[in-house]
Parts: sequence; structure tokens; C-alpha cells
Amino acid sequence: MAVTKVQMPKLSEAMESGKIIKWLKNEGDRIQSGDILAEVETDKADVEMEAFGAGVLRKILVPAGEKAAVGALIGVIAEPNDDIGGLVSQAAGAAPAAPAAAKPSAPSEESRRPAAVPPQPRREDHAERSPSPSRGPDAPARAVAPAQPAVTASPAAGGAGDGRVKASPLARKIAAQSGVDLKLVHGSGPGGRIVRRDVEAAGTAPATAAATAAPQRAPAAPGVEFEDVPLTPMRATIAKRMPLSKAPVPHFYVTSEAPMDAAWALREELNGLEGQPKISVNDLVVRACAVALLKHPGVNASFQGESIRVFHRVHMGIAVALEEGLITPVLRDAHAKSLAQLAVESRDLAERARQRKLRTQELSGATFSISNLGMFDVADFSAIINPPEGAILAVGSVRKVPVVTDEGLGVGRRVALTLSCDHRVMDGAMGARFLQDVKRLLEEPLRLLV
Amino acid sequence: MAAQAFDVVIVGTGPGGYVCAIRAAQLGLSVGVVEDDRPGGVCLNWGCIPTKALLRNAEVVHLLERAETFGITVQGMQADYAAAVQRSRGVADRMAKGVEFLFRKNKITLFPGTGVLRNRTTVEVKGTSGTETLEARRAVIVATGSEPKSLPNVTIDEKTVISSNGAVRNEAKPKSIIVIGAGAVGVEFADVYRSYGVEVTLLEALDRVVPIEDAEVSAQLARNLSRRGIQIKTGVKVSAVKAGGAGVVVETDGGKLEAEQVLMAVGRAARVKGVGLEPLGITLDRGFVKVSPTMETSVKGVYAIGDVAGPPLLAHKAMAEGVVAAEAIAGKSPRPVDYGNVPSCTYCRPQVASIGLTEAKARENGREVSVGKFPFTASGKAVAMAETDGFVKVVADKKTGEILGAHIIGPEATEIIHEFAVGRTLEATLEEIIHTIHAHPTLSEAALEATLAALGHAIHI
Repeated sequence: MAVTKVQMPKLSEAMESGKIIKWLKNEGDRIQSGDILAEVETDKADVEMEAFGAGVLRKILVPAGEKAAVGALIGVIAEPNDDIGGLVSQAAGAAPAAPAAAKPSAPSEESRRPAAVPPQPRREDHAERSPSPSRGPDAPARAVAPAQPAVTASPAAGGAGDGRVKASPLARKIAAQSGVDLKLVHGSGPGGRIVRRDVEAAGTAPATAAATAAPQRAPAAPGVEFEDVPLTPMRATIAKRMPLSKAPVPHFYVTSEAPMDAAWALREELNGLEGQPKISVNDLVVRACAVALLKHPGVNASFQGESIRVFHRVHMGIAVALEEGLITPVLRDAHAKSLAQLAVESRDLAERARQRKLRTQELSGATFSISNLGMFDVADFSAIINPPEGAILAVGSVRKVPVVTDEGLGVGRRVALTLSCDHRVMDGAMGARFLQDVKRLLEEPLRLLV
Repeated sequence: MAAQAFDVVIVGTGPGGYVCAIRAAQLGLSVGVVEDDRPGGVCLNWGCIPTKALLRNAEVVHLLERAETFGITVQGMQADYAAAVQRSRGVADRMAKGVEFLFRKNKITLFPGTGVLRNRTTVEVKGTSGTETLEARRAVIVATGSEPKSLPNVTIDEKTVISSNGAVRNEAKPKSIIVIGAGAVGVEFADVYRSYGVEVTLLEALDRVVPIEDAEVSAQLARNLSRRGIQIKTGVKVSAVKAGGAGVVVETDGGKLEAEQVLMAVGRAARVKGVGLEPLGITLDRGFVKVSPTMETSVKGVYAIGDVAGPPLLAHKAMAEGVVAAEAIAGKSPRPVDYGNVPSCTYCRPQVASIGLTEAKARENGREVSVGKFPFTASGKAVAMAETDGFVKVVADKKTGEILGAHIIGPEATEIIHEFAVGRTLEATLEEIIHTIHAHPTLSEAALEATLAALGHAIHI
């Protein structure tokens, strides 16, 4: 039987190294292909690592708590009588821990997801469970945790010149002269190499430095004025990724207000039914968007440099707030799913996102995203697009507001919807027409059931 | 006759067309190519390759003439121009056969004849043995190239008023010739003819020879050509070319000149006529077919590459475009051609090669530049070869060290230039060049030294 190398998997596009949280199998355990071997922490999430071969887990080379570079040998699966000595000794020289400051290199255009969002309190309110990105790095204070050891500091630590960022000499020089941090620059050259134009584009977006370090105000020891809290991998990714959206992607915003009276009533009715999954306002919005996107494929599209990729399926990114940031799991084929299915799946995704149990394939590939801050009593806000998606819908709270009707003044439920659009992909009218349809679907919510 | 269907039909098999055909075949597409001359186009048959053969002859003549320099006595030397042309034809034949071999190897079907687009998927081929219709399932590629231009009211008869097409074929050399146009073509033929003892007058409307090159290169080349007895007249406007005198009289704003022949080397025009482009509504721009970065024309599914798709009219640009088109058609996402990084080469003696911006252009663009120059007189290899004319000049951005341009005149300039081409593609700065150890002794050391000079610390000067 073959000897199977267990290597640190590449669990996201940006991933360069991962930390073993814990091994779920011990040396000597018999492994079937597909067994979960270990939990790995990446910049995005904690991910379960599967075995790709059968045999006995003969050797664990990287113990829990340590990091390893993507592709590094972290364990060996083989039959008891297989000779793994060579493999192990070979790894001993090269392996165990990744360079302390393994840092994300040039992000490639696909799929780094999060948007900048303040850490948010979790709510019991299950009606809306997908909060999400607002503008800006206005992170509120949070309790200062004792600085974790080196691991979490990695994306922030480490000076320049450790060679891990792939960039042309000219790009490096311009970056040095203009104060652009290459770690935050998206590389458009071969293999994600950062070239001159990338640095020049980034140079016009001074947002970077501000975004990286979330200021802390929590009382520490008396007399200490401030404290630098190392970035968690997730915060570092958000900090790196958001300027890459906001600066190069020309955003424009279209806002509308949808009457939610009928939708509210329908939801109460549905939630009164026995044996049916609970439907949230966000589920209704997800369903409305999925239906409307099929009709407006131009909004379900991505800028590809020399072309616009129009998607015929809707993979819905649903932003979920976490203590330390946010993550946008992807609900695949949302257009083909019923309201109940969407409700069940999106609850599951949100739940597992909070437990950091998302699978790799659930972290990328969205064609459109929804960000909902409804549970925070937010009137309206606008969100930052997750490239390479072409648009994101920001959903505010459903609020009771005075409305003018034919009969006079009344009270109605309204929700503010703000669509952020990539102007390279679509124009205002296209965004507006899409929003109009979303509004109509919410206004006449029975359409969401057919 | 039933139409034959291919994934891709290419009209023209010059360096753009044949490279595109091979790349498309490599990517698993079936390819039919149409050629009204011989495979290889102007480049292989009438341009780049045969002229390089003639220039090599010119170089050998030159070497023998100065054999004394090397302590070698040559007696009774005779340089037979007809033999030079015959050798050149042999070289062209061999290369054309090479293209035919590559077609067979890649299972590309060649249709001799004139190709005309009937619609965006159909090409009609009028050959000697009748008409065939080719259907393109994925794309038609127009790679019809270019032909020599003339001046208004001047007809090229290929007898007294010749173009490069005639010059490359004529086994008889004239006693005297007036070359109109001192770009690459004009300068190269001036060199060949002069080496074989023809009285050459080189006219240029602009103020210097090889006017697209860096001004210092032009000045150096003018000195070299004059020293060899070529009469150079720049800033001269030709008003008429007439029969008379020794054969033909050229009237200019500076007086009349006469010679046995005139060579028109005033540029080339795209072959866009009779290809069926107008009825399809394919958009032209200044006489060339307008194309997208993936070489697609204004009509979907119809591509254009090479000279017909616009300047620079260079075989290597055409090849690069052919690859881009083939890959785009095969559904890949090729990197578009970087038109700012195409080397330009003139194979006269001394050779001229350049890439990127001239010093003047860089300054015009508002760049603060540092310039480094290194003469071949200070290069050990060049002195050993007794080829010390010329220099390497590097133009860099003062702040970042970006290599904005490189300009070489001298021995094997056309080979040395690629160091800067690769450097520019990789976005190397002056520092990466100087940290690259260059073998000693080589002509390429001059590139290193010029780069050092741009940073103010050349070693060998």
C-alpha cells in the first residue's frame, strides 16, 4: 500500500501557511480516506483537514499549535510495515514550522472575502443573522486580550525583504518610495506577481495603514496610553482585502426603500406554521435577490480585465459577523432553492461560520453578496464590494415609518436597500432596475414562494 | 464543391499567420491556411531573411577588404553580386520549406491561392486549380501583411524605380542608386549596395537617418555610413521621380539628383484591399485593421494580426500577435502584446537595436532620466574583434532606476538588446542588471557598463 504524504492543504487562495489547531487522530490510528485528520486555522477560518489516503497515521510531524507552510509535510500515512524513514528525515530538515512570519503574498483576484466590519455582539435574535460590512475601520473598542504568541501576529509582523511577497524589482522600489505596503497590494502579473501598475494603483489608496491596526481603547494597566494588538489572521485579511476593493473598484451606490408590510406579514404567517423552518427577513431578501439576479444577469457579473463574466447561476455570499471580523460564506445555487431551503442552508452556514467550521468550498465563488446590519437598528449603510463580484447589497433594519398613502398618513414597515456596484461592470440604470425588481418582489412577497 | 471546415482559417502565412497556425494547432484546433505566394510571407521570402543573407555577404566583403587589419593578404578578390542574390534566394527557399514542414508536422492544411472573406465564417480561395470554400468554425484570421508604399505620383516599376521586392530579387546591381527613405529598409539596402561598390545616395525627409531611433544613434550611424562613401541627405523632400539622365532623376527641394535606379523605402502599407474586409464592415484605423487586445476586429470572430493590424510593422510583433490570437480563440486568456516593449533592429553595419523610449521621448514624457553610455572602443571583446564602432546607451528613470529605454549601435547590437527586453518584461531596474554577472569578455559587458554608467560608476571608462 502506498505511503501517503499528509501536507498542509491550501484551503484558500491567499493561504500560505496554516496552524494546526489540533490533531483529531493520533499516531497509530487507522485512517480511511476522507477521515478528518486535524483542524487547521487559516487566515479565513478553521477548517477540517481530510485524509487523502488510507493506512495508519504513522507520524505527525507538525504538532498542534504550530504552523506549517502550504505544501509542507505535516504527517505520514502508511501501512505499519512501510518504510517512512526517508520521508520523515527529509522532512525533519525542511519542515516543521513555517517561517515565523509567513505572510500572505500577492493576493490573487479570486476570492478573498471579508469586508471591513466592526466586531459585533452576537444576538439571540435569529430573525436576522447576517450582519455585515459597513464602511470604514471604525472598530469599536473591545476587551484587550493578552497578546497571543507569534502566530496571530504573523501577517503584521516581519519587516520587508523576507522575500515572501512576489513583486517585481521596480514595484518594490516604487512601493518603498511611495510608502505602499506590498503585503496589501494585489498582484496582477503572472502568478499574482505584483508589478508596477499594481503599486501605482495602490498608491492612490492611502487607506491601507489606517485599516491594519484597529485602535484599542480598553483600559489596560493605568498609565498605559495605548497598546498594539496583533492582527488576527482574519483581521489582517480584511485589512488587506478591503482597500483592494475600495481603491481599484469604482463603486457607485443605488439606494431604494422597499415596503415590507406584506413581507413582514407573510413571514409571521410562515413562521406560525408548524414544522417549517423559521424564515428571517434576510432569507426573504436573499430569495428576492436570487430571483432578480436571474432576470438581471448583468448585476450577477464580474469584471475580468478584458471582459465581463456574466454568471448564469447565483452563488450568494452572505456576510456573517464574528467576534474578530467577518466572513462571507457562499450559498451555492441560491437561484434554484426555495425560501425554506435558503433559510435552512443560510442558518447552517452562519452557524458554522461562527464555529469556524466552514469547508473550503464554502469560502469562495460567490457571484453576488448580501450584507445585513438590520439587527443593529441601522437605517441604511453601504457595503464594500468583494472582488471579483460586481455588486453587494446592504440591507438596513426593517423600521416602522410614517408613510403617505392615498388615504393620508399611515404607518408602514420599510427597509433601506443600498446596492454597491462596480462601475466597470454596470451602470446606474442597470443597478436601479435590479433594485426595482428586488423591491417589487419584497412588496409582493408571494412571488418569492412561486 | 463542398466547403471544407476548420476551427480556424488563416489568410496569409507570414510570421503572423504561420505562428498563429502552429499555436492554434498546438492547442488542438484544426487549421487551414491560405497563401497567395509562398509560405512564410514577405519576411521569409522577400524581407527579413533574404536581406539578412545579403547583409551577411556585405559583411564578408567588408571583412575581406580590411583583411590587412588582421595581417591577412587577399589578392584577386571578386565579389559577385549575382551570387550573393542567389545565395539569398537559397536561404529564403530553405526557410519557406521549413514553414511547409512545420505545417505538415502540425497537420495544418495549406491552400495556395488568394483568400477572400465572404462572410465572417467563410473564406473563398481562388487558386490555380479552381475555387475552394473554407468554413471557419471558430475564427477567421486576416494576416495579409503589407506591401511597399510609394510617394504620390511615383510608380514603382521594379526596373528603374524599385521597391525592396525588386531589390531583393535583382541579380544585377546598378552602378548608382538613390535610396529614398533612411529607415531600416533603406539603410540596410544602402549598406548592401555600397558594400558591392554601388554609388549610393540616401535621402531622408526627416532630419536624420533611422529617425525613430535615439538621436545619438542616428548621429553615430550617419558618421559610419558617410565614412563608407554613402551620400546622406536628410531633411530632403522629394517632389518628383522621372526617367532621364543616367536612368532616373529625383527632384527634391534641394535640387536634382540622378542615378541608374531609385529604391523606394518610404514605408509599407497594410494589404487590406481585395480581402473582403469592406463588405463585412471591418473597421480600419489609418489604413490598418483595428483590433482589440486579443486581436479581434470590429466583427466578432474575425481576427487580424501582423502588419495588417498596424504598426510597428515587425515580424516579431506579428508572431507575438499570432500567439495571442490563437490562444484567445482557443479560450485561453493570453497576456496582450506589450507594444511598449518591442525591440527594433536594423541590420546594417554597425547594427542598430533599441527598445523602449529614446532619451528625448523619455524627457518629453516628463521623466527625470539618468543616462548611461558605454562605447565599444572600451570593450575588450569589441577591440579583439576589431569592431569598435558604436556604443550602448541606457535611459533610466532617475528615481526608481526603471529601464525606460536601451539603444545600441555596434557589433551584434541586435543580439545584445534582449538583455534589456527581458529586464523590462520582468520590471528589472538598473540594479538588477548590474547585479547580474556578465561573462568576460563579451560584447554584452557593454550593456552592463552602460547600466553602471547610468548609476555613475562605470568601471572600464
